[in-house]
Amino acid sequence: MSGSIHEASAAPVPRHRWLRTTIRAFNANKTSWLGLVVFVIVVLLAIFAPWISPHDPLEQDVFSKLKPPFDNYYLGTDYYGRDILSRLLYGAQISLVIGIASTVVALVIGSAIGIVAGWYGGRLDIIVMQTMDMLLAFPSLILGLILVAMLGPSVTNIIIAIAVTSIPSFARIARAPTIAIKEREFIDAGRSLGFSDTRLMLRHVLPNIFPEILVMGSLWLASAIRTEASLAFVGLGVKPPIPTWGGMIREGFENILDSYWLVLAPSIAILVVVFALNILGDGLRDAIDPKLKGER
Amino acid sequence: MGAFLVKRLMFAVVTLFAVLTLVFIVVRIVPGDPALVILGDQADAQAIAALQKRLGIDRPLFEQYVSFLAGALRGDWGTSLVTGRPVLVEVMAVLPWTLELTAVSLVLGAVIGVPLGAWAAINRNRMPDYFTRILSLIGLSFPPFVSAILLLIGFALALRWFPVISSNRGTPWEWFQSIALPAVNLGLIMAAYITRVTRSAMLEVMQEDYVRTARAKGVPWRVIVWRHALRNALIPVVTIVGLYLSILIGNSVLTEIVFNRPGLGKLIIGALSQRDYMMLQGMMVIYTLIVVVVNMLTDIVYAVVDPRVKLA
Repeated sequence: MSGSIHEASAAPVPRHRWLRTTIRAFNANKTSWLGLVVFVIVVLLAIFAPWISPHDPLEQDVFSKLKPPFDNYYLGTDYYGRDILSRLLYGAQISLVIGIASTVVALVIGSAIGIVAGWYGGRLDIIVMQTMDMLLAFPSLILGLILVAMLGPSVTNIIIAIAVTSIPSFARIARAPTIAIKEREFIDAGRSLGFSDTRLMLRHVLPNIFPEILVMGSLWLASAIRTEASLAFVGLGVKPPIPTWGGMIREGFENILDSYWLVLAPSIAILVVVFALNILGDGLRDAIDPKLKGER
Repeated sequence: MGAFLVKRLMFAVVTLFAVLTLVFIVVRIVPGDPALVILGDQADAQAIAALQKRLGIDRPLFEQYVSFLAGALRGDWGTSLVTGRPVLVEVMAVLPWTLELTAVSLVLGAVIGVPLGAWAAINRNRMPDYFTRILSLIGLSFPPFVSAILLLIGFALALRWFPVISSNRGTPWEWFQSIALPAVNLGLIMAAYITRVTRSAMLEVMQEDYVRTARAKGVPWRVIVWRHALRNALIPVVTIVGLYLSILIGNSVLTEIVFNRPGLGKLIIGALSQRDYMMLQGMMVIYTLIVVVVNMLTDIVYAVVDPRVKLA
């Protein structure tokens, strides 16, 4: 035990300092702000979709099927005569709900696994991390496809499938800094004060590694939204007629020869959201850990 | 070296065994009776029992597990429930298509990504660096089917340089036409990943003492970059690219669907939609095999090219 009791008081990161660190991280790389602003706009559009959509996303106008953009309908209509802009706005809800929920689930479970494995070390660590590495090696999209196909394509099942594929990454991200932090003096100090392992992990390790996990979270959110769209594209998305971006591309792809705008609008939507999240997470990561700059 | 190889091989075998177990479990977590799912609600009890017998799912779970493992090792992966042909035959028929596409894309990705990443690193925080970083981030943001569709719209529909559907590959030109767009699609996404890895590996190496020494003794900049820095930076790149192979394989599924190209991807999507459990099981075995073998090869390559790797 080399730590003194005084150092224990510095252990939990105070909340206001945490906020300041975050803002500084954003400022270090201005593109992060751009990513955040774009993402927030998309979130607002999704939330307010019922009020700002020009049409009901399910309403079929049988006399205006496959209308090109700017003709009464801003982005045109699909094969069933539904307004593409409205479907796009409502589709954002599905993408965001599935993306955020699956990322949160993976973040919580993955970090817990990583922290516990790193904290206790030894055999447990080896077995757990080998398992994670195996899961990581298997093509995640294919694992996701199989899980959704087996469980059935409902919102919950899609969330589970995407979460399962990203748990190993969070476990890895959480484990490495845990191993470094558990050797620090303030942990020793906490131990000598009789704190339980659970308390030390939750109150002293977690706050210190949280920024890194959160940055990973923003990058994985991008990946989750991409995966959800991919699943929907191959027919394993939320069931039609509920609009999803991947599903819209799937339907539009059938008419690609004469109505290419059907796939264009949702494609651009996915691209904008994923790109915004990627520059957000990428910039933040640079700020938090300059050594990792540019690596994925 | 011999001991290292044996150890690595042992690890591969253990991994394979573990993943096969996982595959066995995953295929069996499906809610409900597969026979019932395949035959539908109208089927009578006799037909269901017959199919259960054919699928082998009437036997105790442990027996199924043993025969599954034994079958997987012997190359007996059962017969497809849809076509009635052996799963292995079906897989082998399309495997070359996927391997060909993956290999061409990987080469394309490396040819674009490595120089771009090195260029970004030696111009750190200058225009080429920003340019490459934005470009690679855009590449990472594309869901593979979206980029595939955009390529299809641009080069097949608008410019008409390539046929929309092409599976003729008698002449070299036809071969090129059939593989160009799918390979560009996968290759560009791969290039985005490789650029980023190369860049950060280069940055790391450029700070090494031997690079500083080389500069101090007046080695030309070009020689430092190419011989001292890049060659060393490529070592970690090789490993990480090996890991990215699973992303590439996942992306190839979507690419094959968009370009209507035969391959494992189309096979697995067909098996999923027709609930062909035997086929799915076989597909997962082949994917596992590919991943395990490639990871083993990358580790060995890593050990061969980098004498600093501990061979213990």
